[in-house]
Amino acid sequence: MKQKALFILLTVFVLSLLAIPLTAQDAVELRITWYNDGNEGEVLRDLLDRYQADNPGITVVVDTIPYADLDTTLQPQVETGNGPDMARVTDVARYKPYYLDMRPYMSDADAWEANWPSAIIDWMQKDAEDTGLYGFMTNATVTGPFINRTLFEQAGVAVPSDEKAEVSWEEWVAAATQVAEAVSSPDNTVYAVSIDRSGHRVWGPALSNGATFAQFDENGNAVTDDNGNVVYTVDSPGFRETAQMIVDWHTEGITPAEVWVGAGGSYASGRDIFVNGQLVLFMSGSWQVGAFATNIGDAFDWEAIPNPCGAGGCTGMPGGAALMAFSETEHPEEVTALMEYLSSDEILTEFASRTLFPNYDVRLSEHGVDFQTDLPAAKNSLDTFAAEIPHISAEAWVLQTAKNSFALNTGIRERLTQVITGELTLDEAIIRIQEEVDEASAAS
Amino acid sequence: MDTTEGNIIARKPGTSPISLITRAVSWFLGLGDYIFAPIQKRVGHVRMAYVFVLPNLLIFGIFILFPMLLNFYYGFTSGESILPENRTFVGTENLEKLLQCDNYLDPNTCDEDLFWRGVSNTGLYVVSEVTLLVIFALTTALALNSNVAGRAFFRSVFFYPVLLSPVVVALIWKWLLQQDGLLNAFIVSMGGERAPFLLDGGWSQFWVIIVGVWAQMGFYTLILLAGLQSIPADLYEASSIDGANAFRTFRSITLPLLMPTMFVVLVLSLIRAVQVFDHVYVLTNGGPGTATLFIVQYIYRTAFSNRNFGLAAAASLLLALVLLLLTVAQLRLGRRVDAT
Repeated sequence: MKQKALFILLTVFVLSLLAIPLTAQDAVELRITWYNDGNEGEVLRDLLDRYQADNPGITVVVDTIPYADLDTTLQPQVETGNGPDMARVTDVARYKPYYLDMRPYMSDADAWEANWPSAIIDWMQKDAEDTGLYGFMTNATVTGPFINRTLFEQAGVAVPSDEKAEVSWEEWVAAATQVAEAVSSPDNTVYAVSIDRSGHRVWGPALSNGATFAQFDENGNAVTDDNGNVVYTVDSPGFRETAQMIVDWHTEGITPAEVWVGAGGSYASGRDIFVNGQLVLFMSGSWQVGAFATNIGDAFDWEAIPNPCGAGGCTGMPGGAALMAFSETEHPEEVTALMEYLSSDEILTEFASRTLFPNYDVRLSEHGVDFQTDLPAAKNSLDTFAAEIPHISAEAWVLQTAKNSFALNTGIRERLTQVITGELTLDEAIIRIQEEVDEASAAS
Repeated sequence: MDTTEGNIIARKPGTSPISLITRAVSWFLGLGDYIFAPIQKRVGHVRMAYVFVLPNLLIFGIFILFPMLLNFYYGFTSGESILPENRTFVGTENLEKLLQCDNYLDPNTCDEDLFWRGVSNTGLYVVSEVTLLVIFALTTALALNSNVAGRAFFRSVFFYPVLLSPVVVALIWKWLLQQDGLLNAFIVSMGGERAPFLLDGGWSQFWVIIVGVWAQMGFYTLILLAGLQSIPADLYEASSIDGANAFRTFRSITLPLLMPTMFVVLVLSLIRAVQVFDHVYVLTNGGPGTATLFIVQYIYRTAFSNRNFGLAAAASLLLALVLLLLTVAQLRLGRRVDAT
């Protein structure tokens, strides 16, 4: 009898434990998958804490993962319906089938739409008929190089862009090599140049050198195949010239081999080497400014320089990260409300100001952003990158937004590395990249 | 009940802490009766065994069998989606692509050159790592089996890397081997030049093998040590009386009697070497170029970087076939070794 009474007591206890989550159902937890280039994670947390304080029923959890793992983590999650409510992504086209159309839940969808250039809205939408609103840009980026001006001064070498407006890659690398040779010592190797291990980073110099990956029809639209994928041709004199230039940097030992050779199969950057003052010219992009302001500060003079020029112009690559909402969320209203808060003029301006990230948002362009830094290097660099935006070529926008560009990006990164290590010739690498791009287009 | 100086003293049950715990456990286990008694009534006590293994079978089915079947299906499909219903059936197209080669010894002549680079690198790794592993593990086991001072301490030392996560192992070694790592700092301080330990194909292949051996040797040493200790001591006494030297004793007694254990070590290390991934992924990520790209990493990269899940699944089917052949060989040879 006693045992039965105990059993009943235990059952009641277990049921009462199960009842706790039922009573707590009013609380909504939203999850954001996020990555950091600089301090934006801290700024986001601060903004979210304020939102949570004003909305006691909402908790926002930020799952921060390394950028290199972003897509391998996110894609299986969203495809299987186990994704986050929101995620910060750079490959916006990749997740198009899985975005949440926030338009029905928005307080003022038309105002939201008016805040963004049409190219950005188009990038996020599935096709020309789609009117959905799926996310917003957390930051705009432009690729471009940085230099360590202090090293130029120590070496007594003139900075080429001080002397003329349009400087070629050849001229920049020659000057940087001269600097590196002058300031290197047995205890401290200084490298002339490094470019991020990314096909995306190679596209800018390649287009500037005259590469033509995409073809355009008489209306100026990129030619597409039956699946709507942009038709890419890898082989062109401009691409060959750029690829050979990067291979030569390695052969001559003027670039740190860790970045392209030592990274295996993933994205890598020479950022730390530049921060350590061991790199004269670093080809990366505007997203590094915040990190440099924090990690370099005024330890030496650094600055962004205009993109080097060639037969195809002086283009960088556009880009940026977008915070996108996913359709599998159980709380579309709450997600939309949070997205509206984060993309509101006041909050987005504060985010841009504190992270030193420019944005494509029309309002921010109109009233400007007072970037919170006393560092002239950071302010000047942001100005330089802003001045680069008008020089971005039409083809650069195609490369950035087309769904099948990822294959060209990955193919260039991996196959070019094989050329550097001597596993392939450049001819073989170009054939392989073309095959991979064609296969990816056929599969998507 | 208790007895003191011949007097029987009656004691109330359940007053000592141990007795209380025993009763609590007994009561808790008794709760199982409420669940299992009705089931046993229904299925009978003979079939109750199936009821008890059911949870394990469910876990095996959901987390191993089902993904295996799914992988099998993916191997014959194409497309970017991870969901089976959104994939296109393409028959043996993926397998044909993987196996299409003009010259299997030259990956550049293969349709899927990276797969064959992975095969070639894995072959080199398996042969080198397993050979070194068996030699080092046997040598260490022999040393630890002798009356060396601090034997227990050294056993722990050699086993310690086995307890570490492969990621931790790789990070430690990366810290040592990278261009500005500890080893290069030492070389430079001695007046030498930095060596490209992780930036040169040959060096990288060498170091991933060494790290693999370092990380796993303790486990196989322990198995061999157990094998050595199971050899009857009187055989060694007899050989000593017969005047056999150490080498003869090793060749005629230790090695033959250790063969079944050696065989287990060989097969286990072989299977594990074919599946090499984790420490290499962290240490070199398959580089430089594709110098340390092994089959499992090729599969991972093809699936998650190139988004070609079909090709990756087909490659994993081929890998599974190799592992199946190795396992069958293990079973057959194992029986033969047991018989001798």
